Amino acid sequence: MMLALEMYRSPAKFLAAKAVGGRIPGILTGPAAPLRLVTINEPKAERPGWARIRPILSGICGSDLGMVTGSTKLYFSAVVSMPFVPGHEVVGELLDDCEDLPKGTRVVMDSVLTCAARGVEPCENCVSGNTNRCDRITVGHVAPGLQTGFCQDTGGGWGNVLVAHRSQLYAVPDGLSDERAVLVEPLAGAVHAALRAKITPGQSVLVSGAGAVGLFATLALRELTQAGRITVVAKHAKQRELARAFGASDVVAPDEVFRGVRRSTGAFRLKPDFGAGEFLLGGVDVAVDAVGSKDSIDTVLRVTKAGGRVVLSGMPASGADLSPVWFRELEVTGTYASAREEPNGRPAFETALELAGRAPLDGIVGARYPLYRWREALDHAHSAGRLGTVKVAFDVRAS
Amino acid sequence: MSRPGFVLEVDDRTPPLLVHNGEGFLLERFPLGTRVVYPPEALPAVRDVDEAIQSALLNPIESEPLPDLLRAGMRLTIAFDDISIPLPPMKKPDIRQRIIEAVLELAARAGVDDVELISANALHRRLTPNELRDIVGERVFRSFFPDGKLYNFDAEDAANLTHLGQTRHGEDVEISKRAAESDLLVYVNVNLVAMDGGHKSTSIGLASYKSLKHHHNSHTMIHSRSFMDHKRSKMHESAWRMGEILTQHVKVFQIETTLNNDIFGGPLEFLQKREWEWSVKDQASMLGTKRALAAAPGKLRHKIFTDVRSNYGLTGVHAGKIEPVHDKTLENVHRQHLVEVQGQSDVAIMGVPFIGPYNVNSVMNPILAACMGLGYYFNSYRGNPIVRKDGAVILYHPVDYEFSQLHHPSYVDFFEEVLAESTDPATIEAKFEKQYAEDPWYIHLYRTSYAYHGVHPFYMWYWISHALDHCGDIVWVGANRKTVERMGFRSASTLQDALEMVSHSVGRSPSITYLHNPPHLLADVR
Repeated sequence: MMLALEMYRSPAKFLAAKAVGGRIPGILTGPAAPLRLVTINEPKAERPGWARIRPILSGICGSDLGMVTGSTKLYFSAVVSMPFVPGHEVVGELLDDCEDLPKGTRVVMDSVLTCAARGVEPCENCVSGNTNRCDRITVGHVAPGLQTGFCQDTGGGWGNVLVAHRSQLYAVPDGLSDERAVLVEPLAGAVHAALRAKITPGQSVLVSGAGAVGLFATLALRELTQAGRITVVAKHAKQRELARAFGASDVVAPDEVFRGVRRSTGAFRLKPDFGAGEFLLGGVDVAVDAVGSKDSIDTVLRVTKAGGRVVLSGMPASGADLSPVWFRELEVTGTYASAREEPNGRPAFETALELAGRAPLDGIVGARYPLYRWREALDHAHSAGRLGTVKVAFDVRAS
Repeated sequence: MSRPGFVLEVDDRTPPLLVHNGEGFLLERFPLGTRVVYPPEALPAVRDVDEAIQSALLNPIESEPLPDLLRAGMRLTIAFDDISIPLPPMKKPDIRQRIIEAVLELAARAGVDDVELISANALHRRLTPNELRDIVGERVFRSFFPDGKLYNFDAEDAANLTHLGQTRHGEDVEISKRAAESDLLVYVNVNLVAMDGGHKSTSIGLASYKSLKHHHNSHTMIHSRSFMDHKRSKMHESAWRMGEILTQHVKVFQIETTLNNDIFGGPLEFLQKREWEWSVKDQASMLGTKRALAAAPGKLRHKIFTDVRSNYGLTGVHAGKIEPVHDKTLENVHRQHLVEVQGQSDVAIMGVPFIGPYNVNSVMNPILAACMGLGYYFNSYRGNPIVRKDGAVILYHPVDYEFSQLHHPSYVDFFEEVLAESTDPATIEAKFEKQYAEDPWYIHLYRTSYAYHGVHPFYMWYWISHALDHCGDIVWVGANRKTVERMGFRSASTLQDALEMVSHSVGRSPSITYLHNPPHLLADVR
């Protein structure tokens, strides 16, 4: 038996969460949350290639919060299996030998449950290394679930034990602290986003949002591409400071995006009639949305130059105005998780492990909570930007 | 008979003194011993303006009479000062209208039919058709504007600029092609302050950024002591050098006018009187106006002030060759504005009024407020600044965070982006000026809308370089704390607080001078 936070099916709570949205986080992480602390059976690692992991630190991701607050689309209900233990940003310790990785190895985990993990014939995407696009995430010997942390059979990082397949695991170098290692999964996502942005040398980039996704995207863009000016939209003082430390050329407040981008790119700024949102003729070559809100997506679409590229890295909200996509012939690209074979020919996790070792990431895990203080942890994560925190994590061993 | 400028020392009997404070004013009780410099009263005006104009045109200085310069088939261009002067704008008819009409009559008599009129606005905003009409009058406007023969100068219209050469200091002289290729360029000037006129009219008013950047920069501005003394102003020295080149290529007939200090009339007449001489009627007007302004909503208050039109009297009109004409102009300007002041003081106090050259029919944004106080009023001296080196300046203005997106789009960006990084004129010049000057959006707005050129806020900031370099402390009374902090200054709630704040540099009993303007004055500090 083990202690774990469990996400369970509760239409009433789901609707309640959806109704109050992100407006009253205290209620969402309180009685309305479809989440509970339970003692349940440990997941089993009975098939070859699978092993048990004891999480050390497990991060709270925006998508986890989206689930709790009901802002995750019903679209995803087909690719999860309830109830499940959330948590896919994990650094843990192997409790069993796992092929070439001996018991006791510290590992991080690519959470996508691909064909290899499911024991089915590899799909076209898995064969080509685009494992994050796997088409078999609902079949095989594992319950449906797009990732560990959304699957009934595997457990997740918010519990004392989870199971993972060898194809998901990467050994953590000895010199890398747990606090840095727990960031490898979101860093891998950022590596994927930066490489998917297909930036040519000198291109201007806007990163909208300076939460973990935006900051890591900034870091990856600066480290892995030859982007020219990188402008980051940041709301809070600590975010502004970190954005600069991670390579932003300049940082603007959300209400200064149009002014800042117009200035830095020499674009023309137009204001339509009747209160419609303004937009630029000209603008950045590439925009990365790292928020996912309607406002943020609207903004990046309106400040990207004609023929430019918009990369959606945050889980997108509905209701954004797609007129600029049509009118400015924008190329809109999504980025989800990370791939085993990125455009640079390497798994994103390998690149992310290197980044985690050399980037200025000390203090990025700004708060650690035991599982039983989950309400405080989620509250903190919900207000992380305002409180000057980038990443909140569960200290699972302390639970 | 007018009275000369007056210097008063505040004593027990001195009543509270009026201080301009943006779109309003207040009565301030100054510390005992404060030296108050009042502007001279308005000089008597020329009685027959039209006759004076005719006389100037027919009896020019070091030039043939204007009729002798006009002939059929020639190309004549009349350039005139834009809306930035006089301040406040003049009641109709504008003196420029009267002169232009007189010139056009002579031109018509001579059979000149290739005539164009250009508002010499350099990098200032374009004038609207109504603003052009206000200056040139209905008759001229109707005759020339519809055919495109009356227009604003466009410093970004490369096809219509001519590079005339370089001065011996390597300064480019690039001006309006039409003016450069004219057989005669008549320039119609209004001299409100000693800074205007002379070679500044053509060499600056009709010039492009390529020319202007040689003297509108922080180095030149900081070494102009002051702008009101063209022989000690580096900016004017440069303009004069450019003028030499310009006049080698273009025949210029300069017409300069000078105005008296008759600015506030009607119910606002008390604004140009000395407080202890206020009649009961003046006191009632003052109280009524003050209370009405305090109660009026912002928009109404703004309208009241932008609607002010002054009943200036003409004190002189001279025409002919640029330099001798300008010498005569300066004599008149000095006669009106000079006030003898003995020695500098530790603290200078100035009230910044509602209007400056760059916010006519618009908003005085924080940068313009700083420019008005620290650019214009601080530099209203001849000899030495009114305040000693490392002394303190105390200014009155609300300095609200308010910008006109129509007129000052680059100012907002300058305030938010440039001043956030540095307030040092040389630093921002090196890092940002080129970007702003060449920004295609600002150029587009300058050329097609009514926006000041993208580089203009830099010029406003350079304008205050001398004050920034000279003064130890600059404190604004009653100003928006955030806006003045962004500009690198401090804000105080009251004059007493401001004096307390500057006491570390000027001591607890500093000598204080209050420049009681407008009406305008020029402190001749001995």
